[in-house]
Amino acid sequence: MNTIFDHKLAKGVGGLLPALDVPEQGIEKLIPSSLRRTHAPRIPNLSEPELVRHYTHLSKVNYGIDDGFYPLGSCTMKYNPKINEDLARLPGFANAHPLADEDLVQGSLKLLYEASRYLCRIAGLVEVTLQPAAGAHGELCGMFLVKRYFEKRGEEKRKRILLPDSAHGTNPSSATIAGFSVTEIPSGKDGMINLATLEEALDDTVAAIMLTVPNTLGIFEERILEVTNMVHAAGSLCYFDGANLNAFLGRARPGDMGADIFHFNLHKTLSAPHGGGGPGSGPIAVAQSLVDFLPVPRIVKDENRYRFDWNSPHSIGCIHSFYGNFGVILKAYAYLLLLGDTGLREVSENAVLNANYLQESLKQTYPLPYERLCKHEFVLSGKGLGEGISALDIAKRLIDYGFHPPTIYFPLIVPEALMIEPTECEGKETLDRFIEAMERIAAEAKENPRLLHEAPQYTPVRRLDQTRAARQPILTYPFDER
Amino acid sequence: MTHPTQFRYTKEHEWVDLEGNHAKVGITEHAQGELGDIVFVELPTVGTDVKKGENLATVESIKAVGDVYAPMSGTVVEVNTQLESSPETINQDPHGAGWLVILEVSDPSEADSFLDAPSYEQYLSEG
Amino acid sequence: MRYIANTGADRRAMLAAIGLSSLEELFHDIPQEVKDRFQPLELTVRSEMEVAQVLKELVTLNSCQQSSISFLGGGVYDHYIPSVVSHITSRSEFYTAYTPYQPELSQGTLTTMFEFQTLVCELTGMEVANASIYDGASALAEGVLMAKRIVGNGRVAAAQSLFPHYRRVLDTYCWAAGIKVIEIPYTNAGTCDLTALPQDLSSLVIQTPNAFGVIEELKGVKERLKDALLIVVTNPISLGILAPPGQFRADIVIGEGQPLGIPASFGGPFLGLFATRERYLRQMPGRLTAQTVDAEGKIGYTMAIQTREQHIRRERATSNICTNSQLCALAATVYLASLGADGLHELATLNLEKAHYLAQRITALPGYRLAFEAPFFNEFAVRVPTDPQAIRARLKEERILLDDPRFLSALGAPNTLRFAVTEKRTKDELDRLVELLEAM
Repeated sequence: MNTIFDHKLAKGVGGLLPALDVPEQGIEKLIPSSLRRTHAPRIPNLSEPELVRHYTHLSKVNYGIDDGFYPLGSCTMKYNPKINEDLARLPGFANAHPLADEDLVQGSLKLLYEASRYLCRIAGLVEVTLQPAAGAHGELCGMFLVKRYFEKRGEEKRKRILLPDSAHGTNPSSATIAGFSVTEIPSGKDGMINLATLEEALDDTVAAIMLTVPNTLGIFEERILEVTNMVHAAGSLCYFDGANLNAFLGRARPGDMGADIFHFNLHKTLSAPHGGGGPGSGPIAVAQSLVDFLPVPRIVKDENRYRFDWNSPHSIGCIHSFYGNFGVILKAYAYLLLLGDTGLREVSENAVLNANYLQESLKQTYPLPYERLCKHEFVLSGKGLGEGISALDIAKRLIDYGFHPPTIYFPLIVPEALMIEPTECEGKETLDRFIEAMERIAAEAKENPRLLHEAPQYTPVRRLDQTRAARQPILTYPFDER
Repeated sequence: MTHPTQFRYTKEHEWVDLEGNHAKVGITEHAQGELGDIVFVELPTVGTDVKKGENLATVESIKAVGDVYAPMSGTVVEVNTQLESSPETINQDPHGAGWLVILEVSDPSEADSFLDAPSYEQYLSEG
Repeated sequence: MRYIANTGADRRAMLAAIGLSSLEELFHDIPQEVKDRFQPLELTVRSEMEVAQVLKELVTLNSCQQSSISFLGGGVYDHYIPSVVSHITSRSEFYTAYTPYQPELSQGTLTTMFEFQTLVCELTGMEVANASIYDGASALAEGVLMAKRIVGNGRVAAAQSLFPHYRRVLDTYCWAAGIKVIEIPYTNAGTCDLTALPQDLSSLVIQTPNAFGVIEELKGVKERLKDALLIVVTNPISLGILAPPGQFRADIVIGEGQPLGIPASFGGPFLGLFATRERYLRQMPGRLTAQTVDAEGKIGYTMAIQTREQHIRRERATSNICTNSQLCALAATVYLASLGADGLHELATLNLEKAHYLAQRITALPGYRLAFEAPFFNEFAVRVPTDPQAIRARLKEERILLDDPRFLSALGAPNTLRFAVTEKRTKDELDRLVELLEAM
């Protein structure tokens, strides 16, 4: 792979910027030499065609949902409608300055306000903040709310967060950064929370439980109401991680299950693209008891005018430079308008149908540690497929068959985990091709394991030396060695 | 037998070579194998007091972080600084050049409850 | 529905394969009580054409951009974005990809991450940079948490001349982490006043150019800090001509990457820049990409030092950040590559010259003077002779937009207006502004 730095550091090509149209005074006069830069940054000066070819080439050695099936569990890699990209680029939205007067940005404010109303209703909760820039940022904001809630109640001794052992890594980390300690609670044999274990863990030092519903095994907590009732009875709060909302969109609401705080991943459930790792958007919805603590400013509507409300004395403050990732929220908003209520129901229907079809078809070939109806995803094990065959080998071999691999090694409670989430967007035809590939790989694992160990074969690079990358990390271009 | 008989072992897959009140500590052949290629080691500073069971060092592979707990209470008197530049030494020679820390222990009898080499290997085989 | 490929026949076949007779049975594990309480959004399905219409009507309510001349700044600037930037970021191989957990399928994203890390280091004069944080303010908060981990002290000193939105986010994170924030005042020249710097700090946070546009003198600051880390917040475009903070031994450099080819977009998505010293690598938040080789010895890129991150270290991770701002980092990478070193210098010079031209013209008017005499880059504060709100309102009638003076008065600078001048402002626009002020 070439980088731009492998190109020549030639003289500037110019042509982008206009000539200076005010009388020139010179940097020397305007900036004292002690504040001036003495060495130019090493950024090559490429012609535009060279630049475009470089990045076009790089795009061709990348795989997105537009390239094919991307069954990455827990990531909800659904199709990103093209219209949303166009709408986010409308100049009136794209160029709106966050510090412009409210009367000049009524369109942006109205969009944010309406988006927050829809999200409230989807969550079945009463108020929403759009500030969090990602799911983990939403979790952190939620933990801040929990902290403030107990601070105001004079219950600072509630310093523990309960977490099922199948939780996303962001959950324990978010809780810790907000100043809580984490107590892990093991899942029962059925992959769900064991009520007796929960009962034992609950006491007056527990601030909240963080639940993922359905959980990371793709299993809906059937006793969810018992769980949330027990937690509430102990005086604690229920935080719901919304990464898996695709499983019940349009037919159930976290608020009705007992959630006090629920975060959305607009870049998962509501079709905003992942951008190769971001930006995302992680709004959180809350129950009445937490409304006063939400970040400021809140967006309110007076008659037909929208404005910011900074007056919220108990608020945790701000967690984002401005109002959240507007450009991402816009895409989610447009998606909701496109789908309507019936579309939302079709999403969960097809997502869950696709997942169960794959689970049913693949469990003949791969061990399925938790066998039951799944929701939008399920977890197979790659263990025992063949001598020395790992989940990683299976994943890499899938690449040779033209598929993006599923999430591997997560959740941690399944050995050699393969976590598969097809989303609603894939049709039976694609799923059947995937099943066939998985079956062939299982056969290869026994007959010709070399094919798996040496996969992938047809990619621009083969398996990369991760050990070398970790032991002597080269994190910037080695100019000096050129 | 891959595990030296003169060492004592913990169920956390650490070995201890106790001489008087000095205990040399490392991770076992089994532990290094489970972790895979070790890429980074975080060692305590000399002079640190540790209690039995407290975090003593961290051993990282690409995909996992292994905590090394103080097998005994005491003071860190020496650390294997060679590991900072060559963490792979632990993979190559876990029971020798890949040692981590030497502790001056406050109570040598804490080692009485440790496993000897055959018991440790028995423990591993029961897995 | 348009985004679903299954046909009715497909669904029937799949249900039969699972052994179910209706789609409803797929949801039998959700308690009936919960399902009974469900309420829909009361949203009808709309066609793509209708949705486009709704949004296009909504955008007409944003009157800010039509033919207006923006001097708005405060960390978000109206720079020209070369066409090539959106053409590259619109390639769906980039924008529809997930985090590059499978490097063999993600060399595009990974290579651009590596380029981005290198560019941030080149600009800031630092040794390592991550692949981005959400925005400048959250990057600062992460930097302060990192300094606390390294130094172990729960006190941070923050210049009063930080942008207020950075300070607000910092306050929230610090409250939760139990870190005390001590405010450091500014001098008459608008620079951070270090004469009475408190002791026992984990870090000192200085912004340059600061909220008044003033360039801080960083020389000698680190030497006064003992164990505390020096955290510098900066504007990446200014680094086209200003000395990089790394030169002054900064430990962490933070920035808002929005000026690097990212639209204002009402405040997000933005791009948090985060760079530090190699010795702090293991304490750093956020994703990193490293160069390595594949099984055949070919150079390639992969995420590295992931053991710092939440998915491996869980409750002991350096940060909870997972999703970052990768597509914005790609935009910034292409933006900088399209300018090149010479273009960046040219751009920064245009900003500097135009801002100074305007400042000199305004301060030639009776009663107008610079609020602070220290050097500035492309943003400056002017003490005005009459009510700044009235001046601003009058200019707004002419569709000339200025920041609300309340931001500066809250920082202790009353009767002051701030002007941000980018390469997009023409001499005619600058002269027009001066004429209007003169006529008041």
